[in-house]
Amino acid sequence: MQGTPIDTATRHLAETSRWKPLECAFWLVAFGAIWLLPSHHLILNEIIITALFAMSLDLILGYAGIASLGHAAFFGFGAYFAGIFAILVIGDPLTGLVLAMLASGALGFITSFLVLRGVDLARLMVTLGVALVLGEIANKMTWLTGGADGLQGVMMGPVLGLFEFDLYGRTAYVYSLVVTFLLFLLARRIVVSPFGLSLRTIRDNPLRARAIGIPVNRRLIAVYTLAAAYAGAAGALLAQTTQFVSLDVIALHRSADVLLMLVIGGTGYLYGGFAGAIVFKVLQDVISNWTPQYWTFWIGLILVILVLIGRERMNHQAAVLWARLRGKPEPRPRTIVGGH
Amino acid sequence: MSAALETVGLEKRFGGIVATDNVSFRLEPGARHALIGPNGAGKTTFVNLLTGVLQPSAGTIRLHGEDISAMAPERRVKRGLVRTFQINQLFAGMTPLETLGVAVSERMGHGYEFWRPAGSKAAVIDEIVEIATRFKLVDVLEERTSSLPYGKQRLLEIALAFACQPRVLLLDEPAAGVPEAERHDLLATVAALPRDVSVLLIEHDMDLVFSFAERISVLVNGALFTEGTVSEIANDPRVRAVYLGESLDG
Repeated sequence: MQGTPIDTATRHLAETSRWKPLECAFWLVAFGAIWLLPSHHLILNEIIITALFAMSLDLILGYAGIASLGHAAFFGFGAYFAGIFAILVIGDPLTGLVLAMLASGALGFITSFLVLRGVDLARLMVTLGVALVLGEIANKMTWLTGGADGLQGVMMGPVLGLFEFDLYGRTAYVYSLVVTFLLFLLARRIVVSPFGLSLRTIRDNPLRARAIGIPVNRRLIAVYTLAAAYAGAAGALLAQTTQFVSLDVIALHRSADVLLMLVIGGTGYLYGGFAGAIVFKVLQDVISNWTPQYWTFWIGLILVILVLIGRERMNHQAAVLWARLRGKPEPRPRTIVGGH
Repeated sequence: MSAALETVGLEKRFGGIVATDNVSFRLEPGARHALIGPNGAGKTTFVNLLTGVLQPSAGTIRLHGEDISAMAPERRVKRGLVRTFQINQLFAGMTPLETLGVAVSERMGHGYEFWRPAGSKAAVIDEIVEIATRFKLVDVLEERTSSLPYGKQRLLEIALAFACQPRVLLLDEPAAGVPEAERHDLLATVAALPRDVSVLLIEHDMDLVFSFAERISVLVNGALFTEGTVSEIANDPRVRAVYLGESLDG
């Protein structure tokens, strides 16, 4: 320990917002894949969109403690909005993306009032209910959404008027990756801000958060709206890059899968969604090649092990092992970007 | 001069049960006042009414002359009415540094700033360290709250309330469960609270009450039973009968 307590405190607070080598490596690999993995752009596009979706859930679950079983409501809404907007108005991707985010955010704002009251179980049921209702509306409004046949005839213009979507998914991946990266940068700033810290107090102890003067409900409304906009962006990216929207985007299994991914990847440090999405998609790919019918068995098993052992203990053990290998003192349990 | 905190005919009914019965209470500015009473006397309900967790059935609450009876809990905090909890209510996954930082930022009105990293304002950091020094938390600022010794957690519990810059501080059994070895630190910091903070101590521990408080109010069955100086209360045979007698065994 060196310096005054003020220096130490400043340094420790700054530490949470500083970029770690592992983070830089992750994004270098993600961008490097544009050139290094040209034949995998379609699956990479799918992964990065799923990761963005999972990150949006992390904003409410990992940082504010709101468990949702209906987060696909916003993903699906964004997807349909972007698809229908392209058909009825204009095929410019960025315009559609921004408007889809705003629309999903507005939907998030309206429905946020439903999740304010009650705790986990009530929230799970309310979010599930909202997603079911929206899913059924999408199913019934065949004239607008195409219903069970899906939304056909989405024609997208080139990104920025320059880059046409191609068959191999290159433009799609670059577009999704850049959008995700920008949204990630914003989220990363938010979670280490005073606003972000106040969310974590709400997650840890809403009773005390209120008792130190934090307007808990308003903060929850704000972050729920933000997370809905992010989920809407992910949905819009999917609609635009695949030029198709089906009822699948808003289905229960999409809400459940994204929750599963986030739990696998870990909540409350923003990368959990990325890690979870990658693990989930790769496992799905690998295991379903090996045993097509039963791949969810293995995903289920991993989930059970993760929850039973506890991620924190596992991370800590890994950190201790890593420190021993490098002959350094053992670390205290710490985190990347804030969070647990 | 208006009272720091005042209730007039405060009443709370749960169905047929009267939990707070026509309590008119005054906390003078700068007071060191204790509220005592046997179990079930309605101390917790009274605190919940003051802080706004519960809405009164009748009566008013005034903070420095301002009627706050219908004000939301977090707005009462911003006006300077802050409480601590009998059972620690902390943020387990955060460090004391972050915990105090949130409270200080929030009080300074930075709660909605999402673009600036927490801790980039020198005024906030200075104040965190100042509070941490006062509450002997400097050494553990970067530890995770859940891994702190109980005594330190107890200090953080009070430090967190103090970070909200209270004008009226409600201390709910601050020494509850603190082991003897750590007790001294805690009592010393409580005794050293600045005099411009009016303190209402809700307490079972009579040693602490007699050493800290200058006035004592006794609550029995939801109603104010009596009030007086420490020696008046200590020598009041009726108080001995309803309260002190019972507390000898517990």
